[in-house]
Amino acid sequence: MTSDTHPALPEFEYVQPQTLNEASEFLSNHANEARPFLGGTDVFVRMRDGFLSPKYLVDVKNLSGMSLLTFDPQSGLTVGAAVNMNRIIASPEVQAHYPLLVKACRSVASYQLRTRATIIGNICNASPAGDVIGACLVLGGILHIHGINGSHEENLSAFFLGPGKTTLEPGDIVTAIHFPLPPQKCSGTYIKLGRNQLSDLSIVGVTAFGYKEPTCASGYRFRLALASVAPLPLMPTEVETHLAEHPISAEAIHEAARLASEACTPIDDVRGSARYRKEMVRNLSEKALTEVWKKLG
Amino acid sequence: MAFHKINVTVNHEPEQMVVPSNMTLMQMLRESLALTGTKNGCSAGECGACTVLLNGEPVNSCMVLAAECDGANIITVEGLARDKQLDPVQDALIQAGGVQCGFCTPGILISSRALLNRNPSPTEEEIREALVGNLCRCTGYVRIIESVKKAADMKPHQT
Ligand SMILES: Cc1cc2nc3c(=O)[nH]c(=O)nc-3n(C[C@H](O)[C@H](O)[C@H](O)COP(=O)(O)OP(=O)(O)OC[C@H]3O[C@@H](n4cnc5c(N)ncnc54)[C@H](O)[C@@H]3O)c2cc1C
Ligand code: FES
Ligand code: FES
Repeated sequence: MTSDTHPALPEFEYVQPQTLNEASEFLSNHANEARPFLGGTDVFVRMRDGFLSPKYLVDVKNLSGMSLLTFDPQSGLTVGAAVNMNRIIASPEVQAHYPLLVKACRSVASYQLRTRATIIGNICNASPAGDVIGACLVLGGILHIHGINGSHEENLSAFFLGPGKTTLEPGDIVTAIHFPLPPQKCSGTYIKLGRNQLSDLSIVGVTAFGYKEPTCASGYRFRLALASVAPLPLMPTEVETHLAEHPISAEAIHEAARLASEACTPIDDVRGSARYRKEMVRNLSEKALTEVWKKLG
Repeated sequence: MAFHKINVTVNHEPEQMVVPSNMTLMQMLRESLALTGTKNGCSAGECGACTVLLNGEPVNSCMVLAAECDGANIITVEGLARDKQLDPVQDALIQAGGVQCGFCTPGILISSRALLNRNPSPTEEEIREALVGNLCRCTGYVRIIESVKKAADMKPHQT
């Protein structure tokens, strides 16, 4: 069909349902043959590479409510599934209340790719390397899911089952992610270790988030999320516990970073060896936690 | 395979097209409309040579289905010049000498125009960030970045 040196998309049928119910029904009736998509920046690449060959691609981005980005000073932020990453980055409310989300989105690919790429696509792709997943985890993200039996909510922390595997059932469509209002005095950072910005998945990604919490012995609560170092995006609770129980100091953070490195189970691959990744988790966790602590004062 | 009837505006002209499900916007532009200014460098969202404006925002046209574009407004490099006047980003790229083989040029021009539309006086860092998705194997980027600074100082142009 073309003289391109690169593979064209294989044959499939593009389906555009009009309502969420129609979409869920179609997806459930064609459980092994149909796949929902938003920006397609993961799906199309995997289809061209021959890893996916759906008979139907179901476009869910134009369904009602999917493009809403709403902030409520009482309840927090709700990001519709079809909201692209550039909109997140440009939103004054997200910048003011969830700067970590802005930082994570900015680490993804290029401006023109982010016109299409979505947070929900990043999450549903369930790659341990997803750059935005860590921020969504530490910010306590809650998924809104529509299925054949109606709608339900699910904590992002319970969503991932393995590389590319989630708790979604056939017919399930994630419609939005909600973030509660972050604590008054909080701070976060994301450090992505990659060869270059564009199109390079992280070798290691470290998201750190912290806030003052008088009920903890240390007076602080920290959360850490690690990318590309385990089959799932990892939130080592050992780190959180250690920093809640011990007075925060350079030594306490050093030890917490060691615990983070112990907790991960990376693999050797073309992007880096397991040993290198473990070392980098220790170094970058220490750097990220220190940065957050300093900012909290 | 299914086909879809779509109405699009391409470079200010309305077009009615019938496109197969698996046709990308890039293929539609190059192969059906013969707008070969839009280049295919990778078909994978990595090189940016296929960048066009879709409803005013830059996208990798190799990563968009033509069937998704019903009702859309598309501007390719062929649509940047108006009334025989080059867009300032085009004038500036020529003046700065930022073209060598030219393969990246259409994508660079679209990304530059999109940047200046959302941010009329960008800093060098903002220019570099906006062009991260446009690879150039020839120029070393210095003159391309100079050209965007130059274009920002020129008279604005509506696209
Ligand atoms: C050149 C290039 C560079 C990239 N760089 C990065 C990078 O730096 N960092 C990074 O993390 N990623 C990167 N990616 C991967 C990709 O862009 C991101 O993961 C993006 O966030 C995916 O969003 P999307 O909307 O395009 O997802 P899609 O491709 O539309 O969907 C992704 C997955 O989610 C499923 N899905 C989509 N929507 C729903 C829904 N509503 N309900 C249930 N399931 C759904 C799909 O079936 C699919 O399995 C890159 C991709 C390319 C092509
Ligand atoms: S051809 Fe589309 S990004 Fe390379
Ligand atoms: S001028 Fe040759 S790739 Fe840029």
